[in-house]
Amino acid sequence: MIELSGVTKRYGPNTVVNSVSLTVPGGGVTALVGPNGAGKSSLLSMIGRLLPMDEGEIRVDGLDVSRTAGDVLAKKLSILRQENQVAVRLTVKELVEFGRFPHSRGRLTAEDGRHVEEAIDFLELAEFSGRPIDRLSGGQRQRAFIAMVLCQDTDYVLLDEPLNNLDMRHASQTMGLIRRLATELNKTIVIVLHDINFASYHADRVVAMKDGAIVADGTPREIITGLSMAEIFDLEVPVHSYADRPVAAYFAIGSRRLHGQD
Amino acid sequence: MSTHGGSRPATGRYRDTALLGLALASLTVVSAWSLFIGVSDIGISDLLRAESSRMLLFVESRVPRLAAILLSGSAMGVVGLIMQSLVRNRFVAPTTAGTVDAASLGLVVATIWFAGASVLFKMTVAVIFALAGTALFMALLQRLRYAADIIVIPLIGIMLGGVIQAAATFLALRYDLLQSLSAWTNGDFSGILRGRYELLYLVGTMTVVAYLFANRFTLAGMGRDVAVNLGVNYHRVLYGGMALAASVSAVVVVVVGGIPFLGLVVPNLVTMTMGDNLRRVLPLTAVSGAFFVLVCDIVSRTIRFPYEIPVGTGGGVVGGAIFLALVLRSRFNAG
Repeated sequence: MIELSGVTKRYGPNTVVNSVSLTVPGGGVTALVGPNGAGKSSLLSMIGRLLPMDEGEIRVDGLDVSRTAGDVLAKKLSILRQENQVAVRLTVKELVEFGRFPHSRGRLTAEDGRHVEEAIDFLELAEFSGRPIDRLSGGQRQRAFIAMVLCQDTDYVLLDEPLNNLDMRHASQTMGLIRRLATELNKTIVIVLHDINFASYHADRVVAMKDGAIVADGTPREIITGLSMAEIFDLEVPVHSYADRPVAAYFAIGSRRLHGQD
Repeated sequence: MSTHGGSRPATGRYRDTALLGLALASLTVVSAWSLFIGVSDIGISDLLRAESSRMLLFVESRVPRLAAILLSGSAMGVVGLIMQSLVRNRFVAPTTAGTVDAASLGLVVATIWFAGASVLFKMTVAVIFALAGTALFMALLQRLRYAADIIVIPLIGIMLGGVIQAAATFLALRYDLLQSLSAWTNGDFSGILRGRYELLYLVGTMTVVAYLFANRFTLAGMGRDVAVNLGVNYHRVLYGGMALAASVSAVVVVVVGGIPFLGLVVPNLVTMTMGDNLRRVLPLTAVSGAFFVLVCDIVSRTIRFPYEIPVGTGGGVVGGAIFLALVLRSRFNAG
């Protein structure tokens, strides 16, 4: 269980996360959505102890993230940030192997090897496994980093817009994999998503943030409605239904507005 | 698919071992050869006959000289590798981060105000100065984090080194130590005798310690977020690694003097072919560093035979040429 109480982050006079309290019970996929600058990434980084908080407390399975030793937390939760423009020349396999570092401390056992193989196969990286990550496409590199986090094999996985840079096929595949991590391996996933429709189809719970605060929290069907979209994104979005899930047709709005002005 | 993927790193590992074996074999051969180069002509037969004066020269001078070369060369190569990984810049080395200049300033200060002190004490002062100089460099980097690009960072280090060196030169001039200062800044093995190089074993130990932490250095080189996620205490590894590098550099400056380009050129040549996984590249970097210094020393001893030029001068010419080639290459690659 992830418990946040009164979590606040300020940069100078700007409060980017304002006294957020949230409980994520174990299991399932929780999607953090909201406009740019809503504080989603900051909140995720604070849960993943990459960013110190100014006020409040975050506990993961009872462990206070700002006080628990880093190597203990690394076996409990993993976090992948957006920017992974790493200039380090490692092969895909070496990178994924480093995902085992919290468990093996660099001495890979047969079990570690199995995790590495599985993660590489899961993300369809086998044919690139000997290639340096600086010679991969953006999408391939993103998948390599997800494989590294997968290899870390933690109960809690925090992902900050992992579908960035991925084409349609890899985005839907990766999201499907993330769903399977929750369903089959019973992991708890907290994921910042840009595309509300991925949240609609794959998340169990949608938490919407705006101006550093949580403004909506519920199942996709409760949150993804025309009314709440307007409130969260300041945009009137027609919401349809597909496969029993809401679909926000935001991609058509820009041009429709222009036509409307004509 | 997966067998295909699995087999490639395995061949990589064979290649690693082959390269390291080759480098070790060359190092051994050239090391053995170097023992028989010098003004006094010593042959293997002399050693077999155990002729006392020749044997004495061999044990007192030639062997210590070789040991000093191997220890300092491998350590400075490894230290450069670690600094480049931690600062995430391929042009950062003890000579481009103010470290070596700070160490020689420390020696000047120790010599002026603690003239009668032991070598160990002077070394400690040099280490403290090297640590402070490197910390200053790191502090400058923190402030320039957003503006600094790949070339600006080492330029800042070189400027910082220049300022520190100016202070050292001023003091040296005032206290008539210019000649000593030039000996510290320009490495030279001609003064190495038994009893005057043993501090370098400290450096050898630190190189082994560096190997034990190689994985953590690699992770820190991937940035704070990745390192913290994998349970590495980022700041401890960053500052610990830089402190190790500064200490090693200072000890080498005290015993041998500065060897320009060593920490810059050798790690770059190795990582260019083998990548940045420090656990993998560190052994070859150590062997290559030793080899580089050994070759430079042999050149410096034979080019004006029977006279010697300091190895720092020889190393500067050889290393400078390689460095220029590397920079041009990276410029072409970038453009």
